[in-house]
Amino acid sequence: MQKPNTETTPALSGAVTIEQVDAETAIVHFSGSWLLGADIKISDTLLADLAALPVSSQIQFKAIDLEGWDSRLATYILKLIDLGQKNSLQINVSELPEGVQGLLTLARAVPERAGDRRIEQQSSILASIGNVVVASIKDVKGLVQFIGEIVLAFFALLSGKARFRSVDIWLCLQEAGPSALPIVTLISLLVGLILAFVGALQLAKFGAQIYIADLVGLGALREMGALMTAVIMSGRTGAAYAAQLGTMNVNSEIDALKTMGISPIEFLVLPRMLALIVMLPLLCLYADFMGIIGGALVTISSFELSFAQYFHQIQRAIHLHDVGVGLVKSFVFAILIAIAGCMRGMQCGRSASAVGDAATSAVVNSIVYIVVADSILTLMFNYLKI
Amino acid sequence: MSTQPHITISNLTMAYGDLVIQQDLNFTVNRGDVFIIMGGSGCGKSTLLNHMIGLNRPKKGDVLYNGQSFWHASEQQRTKIMQRTGVLYQSGALFSSLTLSENIALPMAEFTSLSKSEIADLASYKLALVGLAGFEEYYPSEISGGMQKRAGLARAMALDPEILFFDEPSAGLDPVSARLLDDLILNLRDALGTTIVVVTHELASIFAIGTNSVFLDAVSKTMLATGNPNTLLAESKDATIIQFLTRGVGHAEAA
Repeated sequence: MQKPNTETTPALSGAVTIEQVDAETAIVHFSGSWLLGADIKISDTLLADLAALPVSSQIQFKAIDLEGWDSRLATYILKLIDLGQKNSLQINVSELPEGVQGLLTLARAVPERAGDRRIEQQSSILASIGNVVVASIKDVKGLVQFIGEIVLAFFALLSGKARFRSVDIWLCLQEAGPSALPIVTLISLLVGLILAFVGALQLAKFGAQIYIADLVGLGALREMGALMTAVIMSGRTGAAYAAQLGTMNVNSEIDALKTMGISPIEFLVLPRMLALIVMLPLLCLYADFMGIIGGALVTISSFELSFAQYFHQIQRAIHLHDVGVGLVKSFVFAILIAIAGCMRGMQCGRSASAVGDAATSAVVNSIVYIVVADSILTLMFNYLKI
Repeated sequence: MSTQPHITISNLTMAYGDLVIQQDLNFTVNRGDVFIIMGGSGCGKSTLLNHMIGLNRPKKGDVLYNGQSFWHASEQQRTKIMQRTGVLYQSGALFSSLTLSENIALPMAEFTSLSKSEIADLASYKLALVGLAGFEEYYPSEISGGMQKRAGLARAMALDPEILFFDEPSAGLDPVSARLLDDLILNLRDALGTTIVVVTHELASIFAIGTNSVFLDAVSKTMLATGNPNTLLAESKDATIIQFLTRGVGHAEAA
């Protein structure tokens, strides 16, 4: 990139040189412009010369030809003074401009308190592993504590003592349900479509296209409907919960609730959790339906089956308990998403980046929880022959 | 009225993990005091406030309200004590999803059996007290920082608490608004007999409204003195306190 006005303004430059007067006296000359944008020529031998001076030598700082200066000069001089003090040299700054002297005194006016400076410690691999383990244990403790608080809040809810605004529940229901319909429609329709297409290509080889209906029906109802809505909602609602609660934490709103004597778990977490628990199974049912429609589109358009045949086959293939399996799964997923989202929000630190981290880890955690829970549930249903 | 101190801090030690912030704090706040918690930056003033309002658990010691232990009480009792206090946070800490009127109505709706219209009237009245009449339907993000602070005060006063805590009330306010807030604090004390605890390092406020105080020191990690700030200025022999109360000028020049 070409610098503007390079021809009209001559480049600023400054220099520092050292002049040895006798064995125990030296003068350091500063000249030219010592500005942040200037080009400073530092004599190569300066530091070596200074270090080579015998103990308690006299060093005089002079700035006769100094044209301009700013913090850059002060910083450099401080560095030289530190070096000089390490070698027990006598440093005299009295011939520097008054402003520079003032800045030097100011920088030294409030001495560092012992222990204030943070030193970046290079830890060994073992120590890092230890830190990770300690952090994970703390994480698990936090999770257990949070779950405990939620259970207590639910007991309070059942006994009618929980404090929250009913209008919040309606807002959360709206946010977690109807507002998510467009994206759930799109994704589950496409997933049904993909499921049908992938399966149909294989089944068509045997002339068994009719079984696409079984594949799509069972796949959507038992697995894909619940899983896809859960993933969508963890990215949509789980992250939103973490960010909302996190921001409230940053703004001391959660402290304010606590000091008012209102439990933030009851007031903030409970409505969000209830909303998700009610809405996710409903969305799952809707997604099941859309998945079946998606499958129908592929089957009818490309594989010589009629609408009636497809639906007749679907009716034969799926049973009410298949719908039940999906609903049970999405009920569990709803709890997991709400816990991950709300916990990360409540534990959020007090900075902007902490809110971002909370939202990120809410989504990551809930997706991990969902997939693990899905595997366990699928195995369980398989053993129970449901 | 009982002569028992309203709040007693007994042998309090505060720490974050192993890092001790302040230790061996002992002082009392009397009924009707305007009690100032002062000290240099980073000495633990706000942390002390958090210990008094139940946000941080003390490492050692206790806080007593009317002689009743706060930290050794059950959760329900703590909640009950907290309901008789109000807190104004440094940022106001208004609920951003609620309007000013709803913010103030919230504690009333939760803890009283007043009707909706009564609550709305009370909320408007509290807003009028802090000079925000007509702002009922505004959201906190739509008003200025100073107004948020005053709205926060209106919310803190919602249940006519016995004790009001203020965390740096004049931080970020222009001198006139800060002065008005001081006047408001004094009015509240006089009219309602509220005990007031203020964390601040605003010298003008300290001398104008303080009737009692505690001075925390960051270096020795404990309190250096307690008493009326004016008396402290006149009688204290401690260099740190005098430096603080005279903006670093010291006694000789100040006199």
